[in-house]
Amino acid sequence: MSLLISSPHTHSGKSVHSTMLLVMVALAPATIFGLYLFGLPAISLFLITILGCVLAEAMALKIMGKPVGKYLSDGSAILTGWLLAMSLPPTAPWWIGLLGAFLAIIIGKQVFGGIGQNLFNPAMVARVALLISFPLEMTTWVTVDGVSGATTLGHIRTETGQGHTLSSFTDSLPSVSDMGLGMIGGSMGETSAVLLLLGGLFLLWKRIITWHIPVSLLGTLLLLAGVMHAINPNVYPSVEVHLLAGATLLGAFFIATDLVTSPVSATGQLIFGAGCGLLVYVIRTWAGYPEGMAFAVLLMNAVTPLIDHYFRPRIYGRDRKGEPLNYASGENK
Amino acid sequence: MKLFRIRGGVHPHDCKTLSADKAIEDLPMPSLLHIPLQQHIGAAAKPAVKRGDHVLKGQLLANSQGMISAPIHAPTSGRVVGVGHYPAHHASGLSVHTITLQPDGKDEWVELFPPADPFALDPAEIATRVAAAGIVGMGGATFPSAVKLNLRNRYSLHTLVINGAECEPYLTCDDRIMREYSANVIDGIRVMAYALGVENIIIGIENNKPQAQAAMREAATAFPNIQVVGLPMRYPMGSEKHLVQTLTGLETPARGLTADIGIVVHNPATALAVRDALCEGKPLVSRVMTVSGGAIQQPRNLRVLLGTKVQDVIDYCQGFREEPTRLISGGPMMGNVLPDTRVPTVKGCNGILALTAKEVSENQESPCIRCASCVQACPCGLLPLEMAANARAGNLDAVTKLGLMDCIACGSCSYVCPAHIPLVQYFNYAKGELASRQRAKHKQDETKRLIEQRNERMAAQERAKKEMMERRKREAAAKKAAAAAAAAKTAQEASA
Repeated sequence: MSLLISSPHTHSGKSVHSTMLLVMVALAPATIFGLYLFGLPAISLFLITILGCVLAEAMALKIMGKPVGKYLSDGSAILTGWLLAMSLPPTAPWWIGLLGAFLAIIIGKQVFGGIGQNLFNPAMVARVALLISFPLEMTTWVTVDGVSGATTLGHIRTETGQGHTLSSFTDSLPSVSDMGLGMIGGSMGETSAVLLLLGGLFLLWKRIITWHIPVSLLGTLLLLAGVMHAINPNVYPSVEVHLLAGATLLGAFFIATDLVTSPVSATGQLIFGAGCGLLVYVIRTWAGYPEGMAFAVLLMNAVTPLIDHYFRPRIYGRDRKGEPLNYASGENK
Repeated sequence: MKLFRIRGGVHPHDCKTLSADKAIEDLPMPSLLHIPLQQHIGAAAKPAVKRGDHVLKGQLLANSQGMISAPIHAPTSGRVVGVGHYPAHHASGLSVHTITLQPDGKDEWVELFPPADPFALDPAEIATRVAAAGIVGMGGATFPSAVKLNLRNRYSLHTLVINGAECEPYLTCDDRIMREYSANVIDGIRVMAYALGVENIIIGIENNKPQAQAAMREAATAFPNIQVVGLPMRYPMGSEKHLVQTLTGLETPARGLTADIGIVVHNPATALAVRDALCEGKPLVSRVMTVSGGAIQQPRNLRVLLGTKVQDVIDYCQGFREEPTRLISGGPMMGNVLPDTRVPTVKGCNGILALTAKEVSENQESPCIRCASCVQACPCGLLPLEMAANARAGNLDAVTKLGLMDCIACGSCSYVCPAHIPLVQYFNYAKGELASRQRAKHKQDETKRLIEQRNERMAAQERAKKEMMERRKREAAAKKAAAAAAAAKTAQEASA
């Protein structure tokens, strides 16, 4: 019995391991659906990416002289690999997955000092690095029926970029129900909006994440989409397209909410989410890429320390400035 | 009554069923009592007896010292067999001043002088009697109750809140007291309200104690100024500042007292002790405590004479079911580890818990993943993760700036931390460092002041010496001159 133990002498039973596990459980339905949809190449890419992450993590831990077993068993490397695999084109070559895994774990996480220390979301670091380095492999999409083609957002982007109005090619866009169920082209895990939403709700229910980031992200994005679509429906896609296509739901519930790289206070999370939503819309609409979730999240990751510094919860018994409450001159007496 | 929401908090499994249905029993007379002279916040009491003295139950053993202190009384009749040292009821187990009493088995009370009617006394007299009875905050804080009853002199008070939240898991002693002695507790509460000069009384009891709520409501029916309010179950509801906020919506200013917003908070067990002191003239010589935890054979609620060894208490509960991983005084959220079962029970000990490894769920610390669970759980709006990181780096100023002194050490952050970071431990460390730094600074300032004073004194002495010498020199010169003049005069006269 050691004496130098401070209270509390009981614990909620939560652990890093169980937290990661619950996120994986939440991701499972959309993942399984994606793997089923895209078949063998997707399955092998998924496994290679995860194995790559575990391997990279083990190597990095070994080199740094940290206990490999302890840190590997927290499941964070597996989750990083999982999220990265979800954001890759399902038919990307195997080396994309492996390279991405090493980028995510080594450049995205371990050089910062390992779990909890990274400034940027490791999976998104890898995705963006791959996208910029291998644009061809990273933008070759396959639709459900095996025909290669662009993603919904990519298609809209190309067409409107050529001066066509939206209404002139609506017929070539997937229906809302197809997008909702996931019968469209896109990254492995970002196709089925319904299953991603289900996973997100599970995370909220299990209190792994709070509502602040998903709500403010989706709210900002959809508000902008709604307003712009109302202004000019011929150029700006509708709210449904922005909600259901691309990485919107995967990003809102699983990427932007990454615990390590998002702000800690409720206000900070609202600002962070709104920033992501705004950037996603701006990038999708006016920047060079049809899809902007990864860039938006990384940019907001960069300002997370700043948000954390300026937006702190109000301390009990103090005003926002940190001065003790003064009832003598206040309204309470 | 409308309740207000407090920030954060956690919902630990309350584990109260282990002992909630066990009526309060008197522990059989132990063979020896070790009564520490410091069982309260403030100055330790000073012995008023010597080895070999025979004392009666309730007789004064040690006098209160100074403004914030409390006297100690004999828990039973018997012989003082030692005025010396004994391991403290504290994690350190260090030896502290202790009076050892060998009971004679007669349990004979000293002559008691209860007032005919407490409500006929001057309010200040009630506080004096509460002080003389050695009553301290029985919820565990052990702050001398009389000091709190005297707050009417400095603050304009309007409400007395009775803290029957008992939000710590396992503990059921306040629950049992409110169920079994509801009328006496109400009497004590009324005396305290009278002493404070307040009319409005609110008794807050968490909703996991419906029988206590019913009993207190029943006992309070005759008094329309007393409200019994059910509180939502959320730890730390029993933190007095958060309890007051839940009941009134008012926040106590940082570094202030609830008295700043006109409210004084007392515990039901304290109310019972006040009633015994004012209605029967009895000083505080025993207390009710919960003995529980997975490692205890038969969890119970016991009335224990102060100074009884923890071992005696555990023996009465049929000992351990298994070797406990941790032995705790108080509740699992804020209690302290006890070094072993030899230590005596004291006024502030509301529970003795023997917890199994499963209950403690100890785990190795891993790096923070910034999940912000601690930020959500903190009832004070602090950033435990940032504070701990700075404390670990030894960056004391940063921790203080982040609100270290606003931390109530409730343990909600550590409770939810998935990385099992001992956040409270870091904060306790930082608080200790801060206190020792302040002490060092104080000492330095005092030393500086003394040195400056000494220098001044020496300079003044030097000056006085110099002046004296100069005066003497002048006097001598004057004398010489006078002598010379006289000589010249004589010479003149002689020559004339």
